[in-house]
Amino acid sequence: MRAYIPGYELCVPRTLTEALERMAAEPGRWRPFAGGTDLMVLLEAGKLNHRCFLSIWRLPELREIVIASDSVTLGCLTTYTDVLRHETLRREFPLLALAAAETGGVATQNRGTLGGNIANASPAADTPPALLVCDAEVELLSSRGSRWLPYREFHTGYKTTLLRADELLARIRLPRNIAGLRHYYRKVGTRNAQAISKVCFAGVRNESTGEVRIALGSVAPVPMRCWKTEAVIREGRDGPAALAAEIAPIDDIRSTAAYRLRVAQSLLKEFLDS
Amino acid sequence: MRKVPITLTVNGQPRTVSVWPMERLLDVIREQLALTGTKEGCGEGECGACSILFDGQIANSCLIPALQADGSEITTIEGIGCGEELTAVQRAFVECGGAQCGICTPGMIVAAVALLRQNPEPSEADLRQGLAGNLCRCTGYMRIFEAVRSACKEGRLRQ
Repeated sequence: MRAYIPGYELCVPRTLTEALERMAAEPGRWRPFAGGTDLMVLLEAGKLNHRCFLSIWRLPELREIVIASDSVTLGCLTTYTDVLRHETLRREFPLLALAAAETGGVATQNRGTLGGNIANASPAADTPPALLVCDAEVELLSSRGSRWLPYREFHTGYKTTLLRADELLARIRLPRNIAGLRHYYRKVGTRNAQAISKVCFAGVRNESTGEVRIALGSVAPVPMRCWKTEAVIREGRDGPAALAAEIAPIDDIRSTAAYRLRVAQSLLKEFLDS
Repeated sequence: MRKVPITLTVNGQPRTVSVWPMERLLDVIREQLALTGTKEGCGEGECGACSILFDGQIANSCLIPALQADGSEITTIEGIGCGEELTAVQRAFVECGGAQCGICTPGMIVAAVALLRQNPEPSEADLRQGLAGNLCRCTGYMRIFEAVRSACKEGRLRQ
């Protein structure tokens, strides 16, 4: 059932500083609201429990894409469309562009943001596996200061993260060191566009050294980088068996644990043979 | 919470309306601006019936809180044609049988227009990708794709 709309607050801070100050003044009261592609769906379903939001959609500081010699830094408001239209991202991070292209239709890609996809903390989100494979770092910003941490540490459990009540996930940094590798991204769902994944798989492989990086979505309480499987593959042992031991898929409305496991192993084989 | 005034440009005209901050832009368009061409299908961003151009880009108006539209420029299906005159895309939908029950049609046409503005010569894959966010339960899509191809062809002939 729809929520009672007058019961929700949405404010529009004029600057990033103002947004952070409001979050600091009343920790936990205000949460950031970006493109709304997840939050508005919850609202419509009557499941948006939090009531007070700060619209950060028009803060230009959070929308920049900055290219440095060894990294690319993306503002949290970078949309899927921004990723798809950015030449450097398409060239050096094709798996991120593939993930962006597989997220919703164009209308969703124009409004959905990378920061939202991360902070929303769904284990089924499309871009987190790609970001894990990129060895991304995230900046958690508050009026107290900024801290950068490896994205792989960010998700602590089902829908829980290291974000503190006064912090905003402001930027994402990608080291520019996977451009020449073979990139693979594949999402398996009921329909190509507009479907939440049953399993999604991101990987890069260095064809000369055999080194791989692998991450999956919808197979555990968090988007998961599969370190153990990577090590087993590096040693030339049975990757799909290691993957079965490492992931923990469940039965839910979208699929079953058994199907997810089988698809995850098939995707790994396809990736290794690609 | 109180209603707040927002000002936005709707199909080229400046308009000021009073909204609940989290009200869906879709409801503001239909009920306050009385532009009922924009339809509600699923209300959760899956079907594209409520597609509009929001600051020039296609968006689902059911997923935009009204307050975020303050200062924005929106185009609804009513702003796509020019009065009684149909655009090439609209004419092609009529001629190719791209519209049946009509619920998806405004969103489908907005999506087609957004696609062709960005990419006047879409490949078959571009065409399917561009309309992937719009569901139709009548036509089976083939006549819709045919309509967009036909509008592209007409665009080429006129150049």
